[in-house]
Amino acid sequence: MTQTAPVTPSSSQALDEIKIGGLGSSRLRVEDSRFIRGRGNYTDDVKLPGMLYMEILRSPLAHARIISIDTSRAWAIPGVRLVLTGEMMAQRNLAWMPTLSYDTQAVLATDKVRFQGQEVCVVVADDPYIAKDGCEAIDVEYEPLPPIVNPEQSAAPGAPVIRDDKQGQVDNTCYRWEVGDREATERAFAEADVVSKLKLHYPRSHPSPIECCGSVADFDPATKKLTVYMTSQAPHIVRSAVALIAELPEHMIRIVSPDVGGGFGNKVPVYPGYVHSILASILLGKPVKWTEDKTGNLISTGFGRDMYLDGEMALRSDGKILAVRMHADTDQGAFFADAQPSKFKIGLMHSTFACYNIGTGYITAQGHYTNKAPGGVAYRCSFRVTEAMFFQERMVQAAADDLGIDQAEFRRVNLLPDDAFPARTPFGFLVDSGQYDKCLQIGLDAIGYEEFRREQAAARAKGRLLGIGISTMTEPLGAGNSREYDILGIKMFDSAELRVHLTGKAILRTGAKTQGQGHETTWAQIVSHELGIPAADVVVEEGDTDTAPYGMGTYASRSTPVAGAAVSMVSRKIRAKARKIAAHLLEVSEEDIEWELGRFFVRGAPERGATIQECAMAAYSNMPDGMEPGLEGNAYYDPPNLTWPFACYIVTVEVDPETGVWDVLRVVAVDDCGVRINPMIVEGQIMGGLTEAYAMSNMQFQTYDAEGNIVGSNYMDYLIPTAWETPGFELHEVVTPCPHHPIGAKGVGECAAVGGPAAFVNAVLDAIAHTGVRNIDMPVLPDRVWTALQTHQDVSGAPPVRNG
Amino acid sequence: MYPSKFGYEAPRSLDELSSLLNRYGDDAKILAGGQSLVPMMKLRFAAPEVLVDINGIPGLDYHREDPDGTLRVGALCRHVTLERSALLAAKHPLMAAAAPLIADPMVRSRGTMVGSICHSDPQGDWASVLLALGGHMVALGPRGRRTIAAGHFSLGPFQNALQPDEIALEAVIPAPTGQRSGTYLKLERRVGDFATAGVAMALETSDGRVVRAGIALTGVGPSNIAATEAAQALVGKPLSEESIEQAAQLAAAAAQPRGDHRGSAAFKRHVVATFIRRGLARGEAVAA
Repeated sequence: MTQTAPVTPSSSQALDEIKIGGLGSSRLRVEDSRFIRGRGNYTDDVKLPGMLYMEILRSPLAHARIISIDTSRAWAIPGVRLVLTGEMMAQRNLAWMPTLSYDTQAVLATDKVRFQGQEVCVVVADDPYIAKDGCEAIDVEYEPLPPIVNPEQSAAPGAPVIRDDKQGQVDNTCYRWEVGDREATERAFAEADVVSKLKLHYPRSHPSPIECCGSVADFDPATKKLTVYMTSQAPHIVRSAVALIAELPEHMIRIVSPDVGGGFGNKVPVYPGYVHSILASILLGKPVKWTEDKTGNLISTGFGRDMYLDGEMALRSDGKILAVRMHADTDQGAFFADAQPSKFKIGLMHSTFACYNIGTGYITAQGHYTNKAPGGVAYRCSFRVTEAMFFQERMVQAAADDLGIDQAEFRRVNLLPDDAFPARTPFGFLVDSGQYDKCLQIGLDAIGYEEFRREQAAARAKGRLLGIGISTMTEPLGAGNSREYDILGIKMFDSAELRVHLTGKAILRTGAKTQGQGHETTWAQIVSHELGIPAADVVVEEGDTDTAPYGMGTYASRSTPVAGAAVSMVSRKIRAKARKIAAHLLEVSEEDIEWELGRFFVRGAPERGATIQECAMAAYSNMPDGMEPGLEGNAYYDPPNLTWPFACYIVTVEVDPETGVWDVLRVVAVDDCGVRINPMIVEGQIMGGLTEAYAMSNMQFQTYDAEGNIVGSNYMDYLIPTAWETPGFELHEVVTPCPHHPIGAKGVGECAAVGGPAAFVNAVLDAIAHTGVRNIDMPVLPDRVWTALQTHQDVSGAPPVRNG
Repeated sequence: MYPSKFGYEAPRSLDELSSLLNRYGDDAKILAGGQSLVPMMKLRFAAPEVLVDINGIPGLDYHREDPDGTLRVGALCRHVTLERSALLAAKHPLMAAAAPLIADPMVRSRGTMVGSICHSDPQGDWASVLLALGGHMVALGPRGRRTIAAGHFSLGPFQNALQPDEIALEAVIPAPTGQRSGTYLKLERRVGDFATAGVAMALETSDGRVVRAGIALTGVGPSNIAATEAAQALVGKPLSEESIEQAAQLAAAAAQPRGDHRGSAAFKRHVVATFIRRGLARGEAVAA
């Protein structure tokens, strides 16, 4: 990306923003210096004197009644300090805990186990080997019950009630939800020339961060203060949740998220393991460390998706969409434990079709309890926007095929034009900006759309199967405004606190929590942009609830839209105070002070000025009479709306007609995420998202067999692509500044993971269009493609997996 | 990783190794590359009392040819050595094709061919290679050395024919009787994934006729499968479209796949037949 310096009068002494590491500078990530040297400080690096180690015994069965638990052999092992059972938790009223979705979740099983991998007992010992030995020495007698592994089984008449612990729960329904205008939608369908239908399953995918979950709980019996080091994307939510669950006073709880080795939404919920380690520390009066192993992480913590779509589109023969009707079934697992905005039971699924003019629409949704691990909204999805956009773009391709209209042209007909904004969607969102046609056109030109179509036809004549897939979408990132978005009633604002020291160096703290996004680099760039302090002079600190201002954390691509805006706003507060100081230093009235980057000057006498550093010094050494000393402040930011990045992803593939293996030929990505703070980091985010999009379309999923055994419980079975498989990416950009964000930025972290998968799947289906197959469920594995080629039928990937 | 408690021995000679195996018997497990054993211990699927680490025994990391052309691969010869071997590249097309397809670079730099064959995982690649080439294993025990033909070495999933006090010393591939060609084709969902299906093909031709053929299948049965009838269909005549098709059909019939999340049984059989057609007919088999 090329940078253009702002045009300034020749007398200007404004700093070169790129040189000081401000907005638009691809400055190197400051955190990488310690990460690549192995000097990061992760939760498992925390070692406290006298620390003990905890291990969790998990259920081998998906659904079973617990007949008895005998822990005597575990207690007998030298070095075992504590064995916790559900019964012991129940005596303290801690066997169950509230979830972030107003349900309850077992902390340790008391009556039944409800999924394979559920926490049954906990052993605390002198070292982790003994703790594991202790778990193996516990004898649990189970009476197996019929397992349920998909919504169809869950809703079947006579299905065993999984949540028989809940009063009034007579079936396996977790929630019902609807949005839109049913009658208007029915009328539109009645008038349609063509109704396009599509059924599909978005498989369960796990965020699989490199660092698993973990905590070091340290309750000090003398001070009664509880400190918990943990891998959390949202430490403040955890502090409030612990205060509410454990009934500990909030000021005596300190949550510290040190370096976090990836999150992807996996580390927002409060997991039983955290509660176990806290209780164990309180009971033993010693620090207790829990480090989850890879299998524990894969089989028990928050996953993403596992959603079924039944979609219909009402179409006019000229290509105009008249209405969209969707029903979604979500497989929630055994507990409704999603960390998502309270008002929206299926996340932001209703953001679907936000970039299109669809007239009207109606969405219904039902959540189902099953005997699987709880979750659904984790994994780079901004609360199920991933499914919303995947369904949308798969339906768009099917509709274009049904109408016999070119897929690019069909999008052009229905995308919102540039002059449509602000536009209210039929499901209630306000989309505020976009240049969709431009974005699409850049993508089509880059891939050489017409030429590829010719190449495809020529290859076809020789028996080769080439395909091209498009995905265009806008998505709501940055929850959110406080009218609509809260978690546990806490509004989804965020915050920043900035202290400028006397020498002009500064420390910035926010309520967000970086886990790879590069906040330590980019937040400093925003301060640099607003104050002209070189980014290298700003240190960024996050994750310690004793020092950071209260915020809702980092997920759903919300950091830049919300916390990033707070960084801007607090910097502007600082600048306003510095202006008064400058007026004092320059002996003019504040009205005569002008600002250029890094410096105030006297209007009409630009040679007379005071740098921001001089103002900082004066704030501590030479402030005007009556002014409060110091140069610091904080800002809590409640965004007026979500931000609406837009993207167009185009993928070309070649399918091997004999084996069903498909190779990616090219991937073109056009992203409009508004103003880019650090273009290098943005590009890294997009490439990471595209890699995950490719992964989900090609290989990465969790499924279950009919017994409720998870397939994908380790990294031999749960496949994530390596550098060998991952295709190359060609990145392009459009910049439509966000109209309400202080620096015009939008969220970007999730865009490519949200919009990308449909482009890959659409490309494969385009390559085999001659078969008439409308859908192959992800991941589009070779055997599924081969089956589609053989049978000319859609291929479902829904569990249970068929063995034998 | 938190395995069960285990003892550790590191013999410096074959004699010392023999006496350790004699002492511990079934309780001992030999550690060579450890690329299958260590993950199993981590998951506590394997909990040996004693690990006997043979990495300190000198002289086992060889792969060399006898004067008569017999190839010997020692117990500590790593996959990566075979992958980079000029000898294999020049004279052993099937082995040269298989070596770079073993797991991933990390596994290849540590794991061994002999260890992989001993592990008897039906999804292991080297056992198919050895079957196709008509090779054998050399076991060393208190009663001395004995050879075990490839077809008799694996007794089923994760079971081999070694006695508790025996070690697999080397894998042996006999000298060719004709011009060697062959290849290894494998379908995997990702580098390092276990094979959905793999096919090892080894041919020896003389005067335009196939004088020896070996075909073996990976990942489509409880053990690696020697598709003997399929191979036999190629012998005694020049390679032709008809004989290849016959071999493809017979190999698919010899497969005993089970459907799983990698694909249905029908798909796996189809891949076997496809790979044989490709490997033999389309010039993917590389002549030595």
